[in-house]
Amino acid sequence: MNFELTDEQQQLADSLAKFLNNEYGFEKRKAIVQSPSGLSESVWATFAEMGLTAIALPEADGGFGGGAMDLMAAMEACGEALVVEPLLDNIALAGRLVARAGTEAQRAALLPGLIDGSQRLAFAGLEPGRRYELTPATTSARPEGAGWVLDGSKCVVLGAAGAHRLIVSASTAGGSSLFIVDPQAPGVSLNPSRTVDGLRSADVRLQAVALEADALLGPLNGALPLIDEATDFATALLCADAVGAMKHANDATLDYLKTRKQFGVPIASFQVLQHRMVDMYIQAEQSRSMAILAAAKVDAATDVAERRRAVSMAKVKIADAARQISQESVQLHGGMGMSEELKISHTFRRLTMIAQRFGDADHHLERLAAL
Amino acid sequence: MDLSYSAEEQAFRDEVRAWLAANLPPEIRAKVVNYQHLSKAEFIRWHKILAGKGWSVPHWPVEWGGTGWNITQRYIYDEEFGLAGAPGLPPFGPAMCASVLHRFGTPEQKARYLPRIREGDDFWVQGYSEPGAGSDLAALKCRADRQGDHYVVNGQKIWTTLGHYGDWIFCLVRTDAAAEKRQEGISFLLIDMATPGITVRPLILMDGGHEVNEVFFDDVKVPVENLVFEENKGWTVAKYLLGHERMGSGQVGASKRELAKLRELATREQKNGQPLIDDPRFRDRLSRVEVELAALELTSMRFLDKMRRSGQPPGADVSMLKIRGTEIQQSITELMMQAVGPMAQPFVAVDDGAIDHFTSRLAPRYFNFRKTSIYAGSNEIQRNIIAKMTLGL
Repeated sequence: MNFELTDEQQQLADSLAKFLNNEYGFEKRKAIVQSPSGLSESVWATFAEMGLTAIALPEADGGFGGGAMDLMAAMEACGEALVVEPLLDNIALAGRLVARAGTEAQRAALLPGLIDGSQRLAFAGLEPGRRYELTPATTSARPEGAGWVLDGSKCVVLGAAGAHRLIVSASTAGGSSLFIVDPQAPGVSLNPSRTVDGLRSADVRLQAVALEADALLGPLNGALPLIDEATDFATALLCADAVGAMKHANDATLDYLKTRKQFGVPIASFQVLQHRMVDMYIQAEQSRSMAILAAAKVDAATDVAERRRAVSMAKVKIADAARQISQESVQLHGGMGMSEELKISHTFRRLTMIAQRFGDADHHLERLAAL
Repeated sequence: MDLSYSAEEQAFRDEVRAWLAANLPPEIRAKVVNYQHLSKAEFIRWHKILAGKGWSVPHWPVEWGGTGWNITQRYIYDEEFGLAGAPGLPPFGPAMCASVLHRFGTPEQKARYLPRIREGDDFWVQGYSEPGAGSDLAALKCRADRQGDHYVVNGQKIWTTLGHYGDWIFCLVRTDAAAEKRQEGISFLLIDMATPGITVRPLILMDGGHEVNEVFFDDVKVPVENLVFEENKGWTVAKYLLGHERMGSGQVGASKRELAKLRELATREQKNGQPLIDDPRFRDRLSRVEVELAALELTSMRFLDKMRRSGQPPGADVSMLKIRGTEIQQSITELMMQAVGPMAQPFVAVDDGAIDHFTSRLAPRYFNFRKTSIYAGSNEIQRNIIAKMTLGL
């Protein structure tokens, strides 16, 4: 038993935190969020230089062959800074699907660009009206000639705008399959939007999109276990992201309690506020424990059920804690907590969306029950 | 990071588990898993079995009979006790009084008391709380007046757990009523409960059980050599002891066993012709407790790892284990009681055909476990500790 980070993990987290401290302050982040692309290419390039895009990919493809444990502390640093660049969508979802399902040619075409930061990917999995369902239904692919024709629509595809390729899940005659789609291809249209927590997403329409045979990624009809695994991997990293955002919420609130004066005294002297702050602190520590468990199990679970169980338990805890910590941090900041001008209101929005992404607590309780 | 136990630790766990399976008397285990109170004779019997194995006081210095185990082994040992349904030894002697004696006792006091605590010859209880001194312990009034080579003790203690089993009681008493600060006039005394002038009166709790007592002292003569540490410095001793009391309060092993039992119960109970466990309302509440327990276990392991690496006690954060551990225990007792529905209502003191003894204990157990967030420093006091020591509030 050992809960210490390795030297490499600690160094990465430290240098990333230092970089984000200097280059990703609240004002700089705001400028990025309001920029046309909604992300900073120079920040993305730095992420790639630091190896963030390479860590979880196989060594054979130019990656470092690491796992969620190796990214956990870095994701926490990103969470604390409320990073909006689509790291998770690239390294955990789309990149992982390509690495795990791709042929040598597909991996060679997509992964070097992802690793060096020159090209991004996005995973188009969700469909309108179907909540967190991983099995595609309204998007379908039918064979035509040697290739495929894709029809349907995808929603809330994070990181879609500006992505070099989309990884699209679609129903095929005997199951679910994945396809590599060029967003510029005829029949593909993106309707981009900003998320309430400052990310970029798009709804994707696919109308008679003609694909070559080599657009099929992974086994025909056999994509679901791959999607399930990548989503669990991403959920584990999202939990680490959440722990970082919780840390910011708690640090900022604690600081506010100690400096804000009312009735002639710092409001930190009021026991009713102290106890609520303590409960926020306990929730954050419990969340950290569960994020560690989730990362450990997506890397090394002996079977699928064990992995799912750890991830869903972690997500239940993190969803509950994210809700309590975000709500309480705004409450304890008083009116200032409501203000767009304070980072805490942005952390509130981020934690609120994290609680729901990849399934809220109810979704994961149901998944636990099915195990 | 590596969340798994090493091969040596796993082997140690197997050893403890196998030994408990072979040596825990079934009738004692049955009482624990059916939520019945143990008699003094049963506690002593179990203590002597453990002492025979050399496992009654694992955490003591080796020269006094400790096992020399590291903190991870001690955690595993405690967890296996909980999983097996083995009663933990009452902490008042082996854990609390002994910790004080190891730290503050004279060589004579150690030689006189420690071996008898280790062997289970003396049953110790704790005399801290008073009617007017609960969370505010320094308000205590029970006084000890020095008269020659004796103190004369007058006053009252309350909530004395297992006081009716006690051979000895360690007490905080006021030796200087005029001290400038309340904390400065307190001393730590060891009192033989056979001394004339001591009266133990049962306090029956709402579960109908006799567990705690009032203890009255009426001109009780206590030899001065029973003073631990210096006169009027008892608060130093008390603070040291309170730190000890919060250790291991998570009760992860026992909660795991009880959650498994709850699942079994909810699988057997029927609702609308289906097992209760398939009712989403019930099932999700149970799952949330399982999630909380997993988080508690991981957090305990993180603290353990930090202690192992730093060689330092865990500090104020250990209070969160007490808070979350007791909240989880209380949730389990509540779900257990609700799982059996109307069968929770009948109160039976002994087996009664229609209702098995376990079922009849579920509501009383729920009543009884409201104590856990009150005792050993209420959960509000634990929050005060974290607020002050960790968060600097």
